[in-house]
Amino acid sequence: MSENKDILLSIRNLKTHFHVRKRVIRAVDGVSLDVRAGKTLGLVGESGCGKSITAHTILRLLPKTARIKDGEIIFHSRKRQPVDLLKLQPSGKEMRGIRGNDISMIFQDPMSSLNPVYRIGDQIVESILEHENTTRAEAMERALEMLKRLSIPSAEKRIREYPHQFSGGMKQRVMIAMGLICNPELLIADEPTTALDVTIQAQILELMQELQRQLGFTIILITHNMGIVADVADDVAVMYMGKIMEFGSKEDVFLRPSHPYTRALLKSVPVLGNSGRDLLEPIRGSTPDPSDLPEGCSFAPRCDFAKPECGQAIPYVDVGNGHLVRCVLAEGREVRDGQ
Amino acid sequence: MGNEILLELKNIRKYFPVEEGMFRRTVGTVKAVDDVSLFVRRGETLGLVGESGCGKTTLGKIIVRLHKPTQGQLNYRLDDGGFKDLLSLDKQESFHAHRRIQMVFQDPYSSLNPVKTILSAFDEPMRVHGMASAKERKQRTADLLEAVNLRSEYMYRYPHEFSGGQLQRISIARALCIKPDLVVCDEPVSALDVSIQAQVLNLMKELQRRMNLTYVFIAHDLSVVEYMSNRIAVMYLGKIVELAGSGDLYSRYRHPYTRALLSAVPIPEIGAKKSRVVLEGDVPSPINPPEGCRFHTRCSFSQARCAQEEPPLRPYAEHEDHWVACHFAETLHQADDWVIQQP
Repeated sequence: MSENKDILLSIRNLKTHFHVRKRVIRAVDGVSLDVRAGKTLGLVGESGCGKSITAHTILRLLPKTARIKDGEIIFHSRKRQPVDLLKLQPSGKEMRGIRGNDISMIFQDPMSSLNPVYRIGDQIVESILEHENTTRAEAMERALEMLKRLSIPSAEKRIREYPHQFSGGMKQRVMIAMGLICNPELLIADEPTTALDVTIQAQILELMQELQRQLGFTIILITHNMGIVADVADDVAVMYMGKIMEFGSKEDVFLRPSHPYTRALLKSVPVLGNSGRDLLEPIRGSTPDPSDLPEGCSFAPRCDFAKPECGQAIPYVDVGNGHLVRCVLAEGREVRDGQ
Repeated sequence: MGNEILLELKNIRKYFPVEEGMFRRTVGTVKAVDDVSLFVRRGETLGLVGESGCGKTTLGKIIVRLHKPTQGQLNYRLDDGGFKDLLSLDKQESFHAHRRIQMVFQDPYSSLNPVKTILSAFDEPMRVHGMASAKERKQRTADLLEAVNLRSEYMYRYPHEFSGGQLQRISIARALCIKPDLVVCDEPVSALDVSIQAQVLNLMKELQRRMNLTYVFIAHDLSVVEYMSNRIAVMYLGKIVELAGSGDLYSRYRHPYTRALLSAVPIPEIGAKKSRVVLEGDVPSPINPPEGCRFHTRCSFSQARCAQEEPPLRPYAEHEDHWVACHFAETLHQADDWVIQQP
């Protein structure tokens, strides 16, 4: 991985484990990632692969059962010295200055992430008043401006309304407004459109891209939908059982997928316009128990190309231009020629 | 696949009262399904798509008679070849008709009783319908579990011992245990992980071929519906706006809503960057649906006529199997901005 000054966030060998009733769940197990400033990184994977835990570790929002075992997360902010987020106290002053301010997050379920007993405006203003030295009236003015930017109709009236008066799509816009109100450098969006209908999803994705063009923030977009990644991401990281299996530019990952898991994932989803002509190729078996992962490659039990070497340490190989693949086959490029 | 019509819905309506206050005064009605007519051929898969609240699940529940429609007919082909309205049957006939139409639900975790073994979940419907002896019923359970690629010993286990994908396969097998002709599948894969979805979808296709089943496949994911269906009905606010063969619907859609829906689906391919038709605003409330065409408030081609006159679902010129509910279906697709660039 190149040491480059347009990297905003670089994660190295991150390990977040959970201790539950004497068992250890290695939810995030050696993740290394570079997030380019001003770009969108799509983090894809199935449920339980550790993508949300990675995001929560960045913001240090982990439950008590979690232990960060190893690694570093260097945040190269324009406003401050590079800082390792893992060295900060989760509820200390410095981390609180970053969370919600320089790095903010929007969650999957807009219905439960808003407080039902406070007005929308009061909830947006809260983070401005927490992080900046302004008056309430000024903060309200900015909140109103942000709601207009998110094309919420009759924003003057709606800013005084409560969450139950908003539809799902409108609530998600409010969540985005809250995420962007302090002008963050990094926005982590965890399945922001999964709870929404497709036409509303299209509105929200379009809006996020438009705002990114205007304001220049960086996005980490967490999703299980390969279609959304192909649509909005610049870089893609494919995650499976706590590890990044493949990382590269969107073109590398979709046009030259080099990990058997990525290839299998792409072949197992129906593509609109194919009209059922080709039968889907499902991935056999199911995901392993996270507290009892196989040695070596955790995808090997489901992989069609598994070899005896897959039980050993797996190299993370650069197959060209920062296109990284965690697979024993990647070195010889046997996968790429299609077997 | 024959051309025989197995099920016909005629002018089905389902209105739910909206109640308020301590005396449950009725203050309005939700028109969940409003005047829907369609038919299902024996051996085919009819897909029902639409966004949440469009009435697709209500329609599915009407077909299995978990809801009694406010109005309309549900005609079903009986063994003697005759057509009979399932809503006018007496108790005895109605009981036997229930065997023919079964349902698979969205959430496999909540559709099996957690304190009963898989065997008893299979055994009960067969016993109720008086099928075979205890020994034969056990044999049939074993055969069905094997048909969905599970081991027959699993019949002694409880639902919590299985993964989501396995449970959904068990739910499908259970729906088949009393030999139905028609299975209504309500979002059968949307609770499953992507890598598991394909297993279940392929299995459903295979079972359909082997057992000559007819499916009504309800889902919000257009790519999944297209993969499974021979014909697709698109619903919006309780009405069918377009109905066509799945290839036709994709390449020769004629309703502006279908066009917006298709263009909103993200495609997992590079270069699939297409001009997206982004709809303004949200779906209106089904309590007070717009007058005239229900889609006119969000339609970019809307004319004065659309706000007054409701377009009927009618056959579209070129194809007998293509129905559309739009006043301007014949001319709209010639508009300059109609074409969505597809990959």
